[in-house]
Amino acid sequence: MIDAHLPILVLIPLFLGAVLVPAVGMSRRSLAYPTALLSLAATLGLAWRQLVVVMDSGTIRYRVAGWEPPYGIELYVDLLSAFVVLIIAVIAMLVVVYAGSAVKREIPGQEVGFFSVMLIMLIGLNGMVLTGDLFNLYVFFEVSSLSGYALMAVGGRKAPVAAFRYLILGTVGASCYLMGVGYLYVLTGSLNMMDVASLAPQLSENPAFLISAVLMVVGLGLKMALFPMHLWLPDAYTYASSTATAIIAPVMTKVSAYVLIRMLYFVYGMERLETVIPLGSVITWLGLTGVVVGSIMAIAQKDAKRMLAYSSVAQVAYIGVGIGLGTPLALVGALLHVMNHAAMKCCLFLVTGSVFRQTGSTRLDSFNGIGRRMPLTFLGFTVAALAMVGIPPTNGFFSKWYLVLGGLQKDAWAVVIVVVFSGLLTGAYFFRLLARIYTKPTDGQVETTAIGEPPPAMVAPVLLLAAMLLLLGLFNHWVVGNIIEPALPAALTERFSQAGF
Amino acid sequence: MDQLIESWRPLYAIVVSLVAIPLIVVSGSRPNLREFWTLAAAFAKAGLVLSMLPWVLNGVQPYSRLWEITPGVELSLRVDTLGYVFALVASCLWVLTSFYSIGYVRGAKEHKQTRYFASFAFAVSSTIGIAFSGNLLTFLIFFEMLTLATYPLVIHKETAAARFAANKYLAYTLPAGMCLVFVTAWCVSKVGNVDFVPGGFLDSSLGSIAELRWVFLLAMLAVGVKAGIMPLHSWLPAAMAAPTPVSALLHAVAVVKAGVFGVLRITGFVFGPDLLRDIGVWTALAWVAGITLTVASLLAIRQDNLKRRLAYSTVGHLSYIVLGAAMLTPAAWTGSVLHLMFHATMKITLFFCAGAIYVRTHKENISDMHGIGRQMPFTMAAFAIGSLGLAGVPGVNGFVSKWNLAVGTLQADQAVFMILLLVSGVLNAAYFFPIVRVAFFEKNDEFPKFGEASPLMVVPLGITAIVSIVLGVAPNLGVHALDMARRIAAAVTGGAA
Repeated sequence: MIDAHLPILVLIPLFLGAVLVPAVGMSRRSLAYPTALLSLAATLGLAWRQLVVVMDSGTIRYRVAGWEPPYGIELYVDLLSAFVVLIIAVIAMLVVVYAGSAVKREIPGQEVGFFSVMLIMLIGLNGMVLTGDLFNLYVFFEVSSLSGYALMAVGGRKAPVAAFRYLILGTVGASCYLMGVGYLYVLTGSLNMMDVASLAPQLSENPAFLISAVLMVVGLGLKMALFPMHLWLPDAYTYASSTATAIIAPVMTKVSAYVLIRMLYFVYGMERLETVIPLGSVITWLGLTGVVVGSIMAIAQKDAKRMLAYSSVAQVAYIGVGIGLGTPLALVGALLHVMNHAAMKCCLFLVTGSVFRQTGSTRLDSFNGIGRRMPLTFLGFTVAALAMVGIPPTNGFFSKWYLVLGGLQKDAWAVVIVVVFSGLLTGAYFFRLLARIYTKPTDGQVETTAIGEPPPAMVAPVLLLAAMLLLLGLFNHWVVGNIIEPALPAALTERFSQAGF
Repeated sequence: MDQLIESWRPLYAIVVSLVAIPLIVVSGSRPNLREFWTLAAAFAKAGLVLSMLPWVLNGVQPYSRLWEITPGVELSLRVDTLGYVFALVASCLWVLTSFYSIGYVRGAKEHKQTRYFASFAFAVSSTIGIAFSGNLLTFLIFFEMLTLATYPLVIHKETAAARFAANKYLAYTLPAGMCLVFVTAWCVSKVGNVDFVPGGFLDSSLGSIAELRWVFLLAMLAVGVKAGIMPLHSWLPAAMAAPTPVSALLHAVAVVKAGVFGVLRITGFVFGPDLLRDIGVWTALAWVAGITLTVASLLAIRQDNLKRRLAYSTVGHLSYIVLGAAMLTPAAWTGSVLHLMFHATMKITLFFCAGAIYVRTHKENISDMHGIGRQMPFTMAAFAIGSLGLAGVPGVNGFVSKWNLAVGTLQADQAVFMILLLVSGVLNAAYFFPIVRVAFFEKNDEFPKFGEASPLMVVPLGITAIVSIVLGVAPNLGVHALDMARRIAAAVTGGAA
């Protein structure tokens, strides 16, 4: 009984939380944190249940308020969406556990607003994943973006400007997406994704159809920060509060990547688009360039948060490479990286948050010799850094592994070479930082002393994430075999299984 | 084909030192307890490896059934004879190195000893993992773990030289690891099942000759860095900035041997002799190895720093093994496998000696060691034994492996490489014997009296020296080293040695 309503139920604790946090927070500010925690715990449980149900009994198509599509809004939950919703829930849960002590220190007096806006953003992100309606997706898109601007604007002195820049570019992106939806609506008379997908094969030569696809790629690419549409990201991540970055960086770009996959492979039909315009190749090449440029920019940074921000540009670009390639294994790599990168980047940003809390800075200098002051936190950081470089058996290795295999499926040598060897660039900035963390400072540098671990609530999420990085690596085949592979579009896997894969 | 038997022992042998790491870290403030954990893990590991000897001698392969790690490829631990040989060397020498390490780090008052012992345990786990890997992907995983585990050991002293060495080490080994990722992915996408098979699992139908040559080149770059094949060797002398026990076990036994072990795996169990002949790369590999072993010996003569001289000597001797692998003949492979074992016992002796001298006298340069043999007679006697062995004098085990290598070059009708081996033997003598001469036959009256280092250091180096002699006289004594080497060679090359 409950199972049938899961798609909407997942959102309800978030709605309740978003309203209750300010309500109880007004009288007692200290209650905001437990309320947010409670609502996310409920979401996490429901998201888990939802994935189990979808794995057991297949896709859930839920008609909101009983209205039939294409008139009513349909929530469409297949393995893919259930999987992404669970990722969001896990990351959000860990960040909120962490946020309790972090937010109080970093942006004092703003806890109530922070938690409330964060929950609204999560509604938006989850909605983007769950909905089966193109216009409804736009609504959730804007919900998540607007609350994202607010979250980012509350931070350092420069945060509002960075957030404003993001607002401008984000709005451009949203408008592109909306125009794309408009074209589709004119062509098909429907806003339901499945409906449009069933009509798409007859439209693939139609210029309006192609333009709408390009508009969607641009719109979602902006929100996903796919090179060269990433310009908003470094400032926004650097100046926002650490906790806000730790939630926005892992999930916001990933949800956009998910939507891009959903649109291109489930609605438009990538192989049909490819016969007319080389959309896939363009995305692949943008991705490859992004991997290289993002990594090189990261090497040049002097601030840890900014370095991680550029590294996000590079990591998202890997996902772009997978989406553009479009072989089953490349898509597996892209989707696995959605999960893997979310976990590693969350871990890394949480640690920079802890460093900021303890030392008051996130400049690379403040990491000197810090490994001995905060051994547990930096154990987690080290694992995450290795995962970013792609050292096996961490999960970061395996997403690249599938991308390489996907490249080989298509004899795409450029992809194979860039994906294999780009780890060197990642290694360049992470090993340099690790040497700083664990050894005596070189001449003229000051060692960070007289600090200790942050409170346990800020250490535990980091260690949990680090453990997840190892487990998701060692047992990646379980995730791939049970969730990701069955979630791929059937037409695609059939086409390649005939070719012997 | 060998018979398989399911057993958890291969897994336990790897995991036992991983389990020791948290225990070592937790007991960091109590050095005796901490060292107890290291020794316990070392003995447990050596015991587990030795307990598999009867199986291996009877042609049974212990196999730990783990899970599928990526579609179609299992995380596979399977102990074939070659893997066993490597694991045996690494685990037994770890026991000795552990005792020696304790003597060394306490004698030299090294800092951050907890990190040192923890990294050491991690490195040895990875090494045994490399040895027991049943397929290329598992090999890749442990190979990368070893790279990682060694990094803190190289940077250990945290001096400018150590930092430089550590960065150089990464700059060489990380790209190498990525080449291996490429090769593994290529193999998986071509054949799916990448289990090691004696004689190789690739064949010439899988791609054009040019493509197969590229893959082979990348594979050799991948393992060649750790194997110190020129021009990929220069991290190795730099890495001598590490504490001496690290140089001893990791840079004479585990890391570099993992490299040559990789060469043996790639040539014998991935490509296989037939394919290597088909695509005509074996002569190229042989020439690279031949040049390396000559040039490295020449460079060794010029080094005054003892550890650097040993490092260049290592580079040379690793290429003996590579050369044997490239010959693709039964006797050459026998020689290669034997040299993998025997070079380890001899070279670790020499490194132990260098460390003992350093701890007692803080002298690193050969030109300062006049007359040291009279003050540290046992140490320098062991050094002399190791030197004789590496120069190939009969009676020490180095002769046995070199003899087989020489026969192997003739089996392959490549007498020119035999000449290179002989020349290199002379060069070995040229760079080792002066050290012995300086130590024993020259006097230095200004020397203060030093005496031997602590028994924790002298006993291990005595044991390895004695083992070198015993195996030189009776190579089949104890673990049947010669039989095992012959069996591996027969399986790979398809002929009796």
